[in-house]
Amino acid sequence: MKLNSPLQAYKFLPGTNCGECGEVTCMAFASHLIDRSHKLTDCGPILVDKFKKKYAELEGLLAPEIREVEIGVGDNIVKIGGDDVLYRHKLTFFNQNALAYDVWDTMDEVDLVARVEQIRDFKKFYVGEYLTLDMIAVRSVSDDPKTFADTVKMVMDTTDLPLVLCSFNPKVLKAGLEVAGDKNPLIYAANKDNWREVAGLALEYKVPVGLFAPNDLDMLKSLAKTFLEMGIENLVLDPGTFPTGKDLRTTFHNFLKIRRAGIGGDRDIAFPIMAVPLTAWMAHDDPVSASYWETVVASMFTIKYGDIMLLHSIEPYALLPEMHIRDTIYTDPRKPVTVDPAMYEVGSPTADSPVFLTTNFALTYYTVESDISSNGIDCYLLAVDTDGIGVEAAVAGGQLTAAKIKKGLDDAGFNLKDKTNHNIIILPGLAARLQGDVEDEVGSDVMIGPPDSGRIPGWMEVNWSREEKK
Amino acid sequence: MTKKIKLSDITDMFKDMGDIEALEGVTIEGDIELDISGGGGLNPALAYALGHETAQISVHLANISRMLGYPVDQAFGGMGAGMGAGAGAPVAGMPVPSRLNELISSKLEVGNVEEWKHTIQEVTLGATSADGGSRKSTITIGGENALPFYFDAEMPHRNYVTMDVFDMPIGMAKAVKMNYEDVINDPAEWAKKVVRDFNADMVTIHLISTDPLINDTPARDAAKVVEDVLQAVDVPIVIGGSGNPQKDPEVLEKAAEVAEGERCLLASASLNLDYERIAKAANDYGHAVLSWTQLEINAQKELNRKLMKQCNVPRENIVMDPTTAALGYGLDYAYTNMERIRLAGLMGDDELTFPMSSGTTNAWGARESWMVSSPLKQDSDWGPREYRGPIWEIVTGLSLALAGNDLFMMMHPTSVQVLKEITQTLFGSIEEEPVDITNWIGAEV
Repeated sequence: MKLNSPLQAYKFLPGTNCGECGEVTCMAFASHLIDRSHKLTDCGPILVDKFKKKYAELEGLLAPEIREVEIGVGDNIVKIGGDDVLYRHKLTFFNQNALAYDVWDTMDEVDLVARVEQIRDFKKFYVGEYLTLDMIAVRSVSDDPKTFADTVKMVMDTTDLPLVLCSFNPKVLKAGLEVAGDKNPLIYAANKDNWREVAGLALEYKVPVGLFAPNDLDMLKSLAKTFLEMGIENLVLDPGTFPTGKDLRTTFHNFLKIRRAGIGGDRDIAFPIMAVPLTAWMAHDDPVSASYWETVVASMFTIKYGDIMLLHSIEPYALLPEMHIRDTIYTDPRKPVTVDPAMYEVGSPTADSPVFLTTNFALTYYTVESDISSNGIDCYLLAVDTDGIGVEAAVAGGQLTAAKIKKGLDDAGFNLKDKTNHNIIILPGLAARLQGDVEDEVGSDVMIGPPDSGRIPGWMEVNWSREEKK
Repeated sequence: MTKKIKLSDITDMFKDMGDIEALEGVTIEGDIELDISGGGGLNPALAYALGHETAQISVHLANISRMLGYPVDQAFGGMGAGMGAGAGAPVAGMPVPSRLNELISSKLEVGNVEEWKHTIQEVTLGATSADGGSRKSTITIGGENALPFYFDAEMPHRNYVTMDVFDMPIGMAKAVKMNYEDVINDPAEWAKKVVRDFNADMVTIHLISTDPLINDTPARDAAKVVEDVLQAVDVPIVIGGSGNPQKDPEVLEKAAEVAEGERCLLASASLNLDYERIAKAANDYGHAVLSWTQLEINAQKELNRKLMKQCNVPRENIVMDPTTAALGYGLDYAYTNMERIRLAGLMGDDELTFPMSSGTTNAWGARESWMVSSPLKQDSDWGPREYRGPIWEIVTGLSLALAGNDLFMMMHPTSVQVLKEITQTLFGSIEEEPVDITNWIGAEV
C-alpha cells in the first residue's frame, strides 16, 4: 500500500460523511482503509461515475504491495498473497498460506479417490471454527497427457477443492487444462525451458501460473517480468525448496530476499511465494523422518513468507502442526486477547449444574467453552480477569488468585449459595494449589477439575452426578 | 526460385484459391534468415520489436503450412491464442497481450536492513577451571547483528539446548516419560543420561520439590541436589526453582552458593518475587540471571532495567525469558513478543539487547501433544500420539528460533535432535549431499 496515513486516503473520498459504510465520518472510514479493515467498495458514493477517476486512483494506492492471486472458483476459492508488511505485528498478514497436498497420476484409482477424500474431509475444531486443508496438487509422474487428464478428472469428480496442475511438460498441462480449465487452477510450472508454451496456456485459459527457477532469483524475476509484459499478472514464484544442508539455508535466504524486495516496492517480484516442503521426501527414506522434516520445512516457510505449500504427508501428526502454525502466524494480532471477565452460561444451567472457572485469556476461554458445549454439558463458566494470561502461567505469575476469583464472582453478582444448591466451585487442575485459599476467601467448597478441559466429560462422569449433589 | 519474395507474398499467392486442399510436389527452398545482432544482450524495447517480427514470420509460415495441408494446430500443441485459427482471437478494443520470444533479462537487487546497527549482548554460561569453575566447556549465546539466520549478518553462535531434569518424579506425557523411567528418582543419573544419550548442551535442574505445596524440601537439601548434578555432568547448568515466589529466592540463594563460580543461569528473577535477592545471589556467587516476564514487552524492559540499575547485574549476566506458549495455545503472542523484542534490540533499545531463552517444554501442555485422541467427536482422527508430541515441541521451538530465541529448554530426545538439526542447518554448519530438485514433480515419493 502506498499510503500510510488516513489523511492521504481521506483526500480521495467524497467527504459527505453519509455513513453508508457503517462509519460515522469519511475520516474514520479512511483510517479503516489504511488498516485494511474496510474495503474501498464499502463506500457507496465513490462508486458513482462522478468519482470514477478518484476511485481508480485511490484503489491503486491502496493495493497491497504483494499481489493477491486467486485460485479456484466458487465457495472454495483460495486467495494468497496480499501482504503489506514483513512482520505480523506491524499490521497483520493477510490471506493465510494455502496448504496443497499431492496426488499423482500413477496412483491406483481406489487409492487416489481415498486420498483425495482424506484431504477433503480432514478437519479440526479450534476456537470456534474448523481448521481444514485447501487444495489438491496433481503431479504428473507418467508424463503422459491422457493419463494426467484422467487423473485430474477423477480428482474433480471427488472434490471441489482448487487444484494445482503440476508438470513441466506443456502438453501435459494442456491436457489437464482441457479438463479443469474452467476451474481456475494454478498451473505449475513455467521454467527457463518451457516458459513460452506455458505462457501461451496461461493466456489461453486465463489461469494463474507458477514460475520455477531453482536457486536463481535473477531468472525468477526475469520470468516474472516477461510474463507481466505479456499481460499475465497472476503469478506465483517458486525459487525452489532445497530440502537439506546449506541449500536449505540458501532457500531460506531466497524467500527473505524475494519478500523484502517485494514489500520494498519492486513490483516485478511482488508476488506470492510457493514452498515445496514435499522435497523433504527426496532426502529421507524413512516415512516418519521424511514427514517430520517436511513439517519442519513447512513450518519455517509458513513463518517466513511462503504463501502456498505443496506437501505430501497426510498423517495427522503432519497436518495438525501445519494447520496450527499457519493459524498462529495468520491470526490478526490486533484482535482482542481477552474475553470480558464474567460468569457465562454454557447450555442451560440449573441450580444443580457445576460451576467451572477459567481465565479471560480468549484462547483458554474458548477452548474450555468448546470442550464443554460440544459434549452437551450444562454449566456455569467463570472467566476470571487474569489480564489475558492462561491458567498455568497466571497461577505462577499471581494473576489468578483466590482474591481474583472472589472478585470475579462478586462482579458477576453470582452468589454460589443462591444460584446453586451445592455451593461448589471447580478449579482447573492446573490451579489446584489455590484450593485452600479459595475455600477461605470464597467460603464455598472447592473441587479440583482435570488439568485439561478436554477431560471434563470424563471427570464429570466420575465426580459429578446430579443425584449425589442433591 | 531465385527471386526474393516475402513470406506474406506466398500467402497472397494462394489466398484466392480457396478450394485448394493440398499442394503436391511443392517444396520451399532457401533459408529463412533472422539476423539478431548487437551482442551483449538486447534492450527490452528491441527484444520486444524483434519478438514481434519473429512472431509475424511464424504466423505467415503457419498459414502457409496450413494451406499445404499440414496440421499446424497440432504441431503447436494447441499452444494458444493467435496461433490456432480462431482460438483466443483478440477481443475488439482490448489490448492484445503480445507473445515474447526472449526473456526480459532482469536482476533482483536486495539490500541489507540498515536499521539493525546494534549487537545483542553476548552471555557466556558455565566456567572452566581456568575461570574458577569445573565445567569442561562453556556456552556463549547472543552476539547477533540481525534476525536469526538472515543473510544481513552471520550469527556468531548457534542455538543451544538445555534439557530438563527434575528433583522428584513428576507427571509427564507418556512419550516423554518412557525416556526417563530408569532415572526418574535420581537427578544426577537423569542429568548424565540427557548429556550422554540425548546430546544435551546443558542441563536444567528444576528444584520443584521445594514448593511448600509439594514437598517443601528445605533449600539446603535442594542445594545438595545441585551439587550432585554439577558432579554428575561437566556441561553448564541452569538452576530452576519451583515457581513459588515466596520460596524461590531462598532456594536459589542456597543453590547459587554451593555452585559458586560455575556461572550457572539462575531461573528466574521476575517482577512477582523478590528479584533483588536473586540478583544479589547471582552477583555474589558469579552466576547469570534469567529475567522472566509474561508475554509483555514493557514488563520485560522494566525488569531488565531494575536488574541493571537497581541490582547492578552486569549486562553480560542477563538472559531473558519472555515466556513460551505452546503451538495452538498462544504461540502467536509468544512468537511476536520475541520477534518484537529482538527487533527492538537490534535497533538499539538497550533494555532489550539480551539473548533469550524459551521453556519449549511448555509444548507438552498442549493436548495435541499428549492426548490419546481428540476430546471433540467432530474432529478427524488425530493419529498416534507418540508422533504428535515431539513434532509439537519441535514446531514450537523452531518458531521461536526464527523469532530470535537462543537457548531452548526441552524434554523429548527426538525433539532435541530435530530442533538441533534444523537450527544448525539454518545456522550453516550442516553439510548434506545436495538434492537435485529440478524435476521434483515426477519424483516417486
